[in-house]
Amino acid sequence: MDIKERNRAYNKYVNAKIPKTRPWPTLFNSFWVGGLICLLGQGINDLLLYLFPNISEQSAWAYTLIILIFLAALLTGIGVYDKLGKFAGGGTIVPITGFSNSITSPSVEFKSEGIVYGICVKMFTIAGPVIVFGVLSSALVGLIYYIVYLFI
Amino acid sequence: MEMFIDYLWVFIIGGLVCMIGELLIITTNITSARILVTFVLVGVFLEAVGLFDYISDFAGAGINVPIVGFGASLAKGAIGAVRSQGILGIFTGGLTATAAGISAAIIFAFIFALIFHSHTKK
Amino acid sequence: MKYDTVKFRRQPKIIGSYSIVGPKEGKGNFKDYFDYIMKNDLFGEKTFEKAERKMIETAITGAIQKSKLGMKDINLLVAGDLLNQIISSSYAARAFDFPYLGVYGACSTMAESIAVASILVDAGYFENVVCCTASHFSTAERQYRFPLELGNQRPPVSQWTVTGAGSCVISQKGKGPRITMATFGKVIDWGIVDVNNMGAAMAPACAQTMLSHFENTKTTPDDYDLIVTGDLGKLGSEILIDLMEDNGIKLGLNYNDCGQMYFRRDQNTLCGASGCGCCATVFNSYLMKKLQDGQYKRILFMPTGALLSTTATQQGESIPGVCHAIVVEAYEE
Repeated sequence: MDIKERNRAYNKYVNAKIPKTRPWPTLFNSFWVGGLICLLGQGINDLLLYLFPNISEQSAWAYTLIILIFLAALLTGIGVYDKLGKFAGGGTIVPITGFSNSITSPSVEFKSEGIVYGICVKMFTIAGPVIVFGVLSSALVGLIYYIVYLFI
Repeated sequence: MEMFIDYLWVFIIGGLVCMIGELLIITTNITSARILVTFVLVGVFLEAVGLFDYISDFAGAGINVPIVGFGASLAKGAIGAVRSQGILGIFTGGLTATAAGISAAIIFAFIFALIFHSHTKK
Repeated sequence: MKYDTVKFRRQPKIIGSYSIVGPKEGKGNFKDYFDYIMKNDLFGEKTFEKAERKMIETAITGAIQKSKLGMKDINLLVAGDLLNQIISSSYAARAFDFPYLGVYGACSTMAESIAVASILVDAGYFENVVCCTASHFSTAERQYRFPLELGNQRPPVSQWTVTGAGSCVISQKGKGPRITMATFGKVIDWGIVDVNNMGAAMAPACAQTMLSHFENTKTTPDDYDLIVTGDLGKLGSEILIDLMEDNGIKLGLNYNDCGQMYFRRDQNTLCGASGCGCCATVFNSYLMKKLQDGQYKRILFMPTGALLSTTATQQGESIPGVCHAIVVEAYEE
């Protein structure tokens, strides 16, 4: 038998053999944990606006995100966030807290290789692509709008 | 009552966005880095075509706390900066608008990395 | 006899064996057989890599002590592990005053090192050779996968890398289970690219080695009290059974897999255990005990290894597997 053919047949057989897990429990967990994190964000935001009526809505949002990022980094440091993530999956990855976790976790993990080569170099092993693609796509959007503004 | 309904929307939209992420993980087995990139790009797109503000109006934190909101801020920053600064805005807009989030993540990651050690999973 | 199977004339003996495991492993199904269960995964060291190294040192020292030999009687160390440049073994070897051969067969290293040592001992060049291998969940996880603190979920096919080290002393003289045969395996790759699905990647290599072993030695599964694979896990061993059946060989109740047996069902390890330490700790504790008790007369021990690296995986390569087999028989006068 041809090697490619054999490999394709084997992969097909293996895929059929992989244990099927019920998706509903994790989907449900990701829903309510993710929803709660967003609710927490809204709560912090509204509280900030209530306590400090002078700050702009934009600043309130910035503070809210900073607080959420802080909480996630702290939970990552004390080793709780990964347990939460195991339970809720997307519910803890998709919110901004997941972004914070993806930066803090390699930092903590690679501390053993020193501050420069461990913490600083490895900090963006997971979140690097997020920032790169984010900057690239926003620059592209900026360019498109620049061209559009030239004509209107 | 109005506030309760607002919060309900935050919960439902936020939960749904996260659930879509989980659905992607289950069905395509992709890693969390790719999930984050995908959702950032979705946010950039929604903002670029002008849909994001409509969702944000009733979903609030439900769409802003997910990393989609981060993408939208990037795009919003770029669009605004291009209007006020021209070509320079293409380069400054995105990161200026998201500077707080990125800096916070770096600062707290660094501090907590100094304080804590990694834990073995059980 | 074909060349890929070696039949030992003097039948080297395993005169001492030692196993050391982490706390989670120490709650698993083999908990009563291990020599030492660590209280935590750091083993008093600063990093997990240093802990893995110390585990290897402890296992080697323990095995030599149990063999009732002195450090001076040991002629050679054959060892390997999972970390890049097999640092755990090589750095651990600094602590000992005998020559060192580093071997790498991923999770098949235990059988590879025992087979190499047996050949050297059988040929009469060395009298006492100590073999060792280890793996550590936390070092493997960060080398092959993600940081420990990252909040991700493990896919249902994934396996849990065992924190543990196993060591044994192979000798010309003395009493202990005999190593009678060894079959070296070819590297087989059937195009599995999912790095979580190691069982499926390694099963064809295992089937290949098993088939040539049975053919070369004119034995059948019934000739062994136990046929035990290393860390195919639940999925991998089901695949192996299917692959062997396709070749007309039925693996019955005397077949099992260390990875599948290792943890209790409620320990949340999905498809089971994996890593060099998985079969190494089972072999040097449970299996040795059963051979010494005479409960097993003859076992076929077949650890499998997935020879992948993150660089190769990121370049789109599929996962090559390898499997080496050794036959161990109970001691006879």
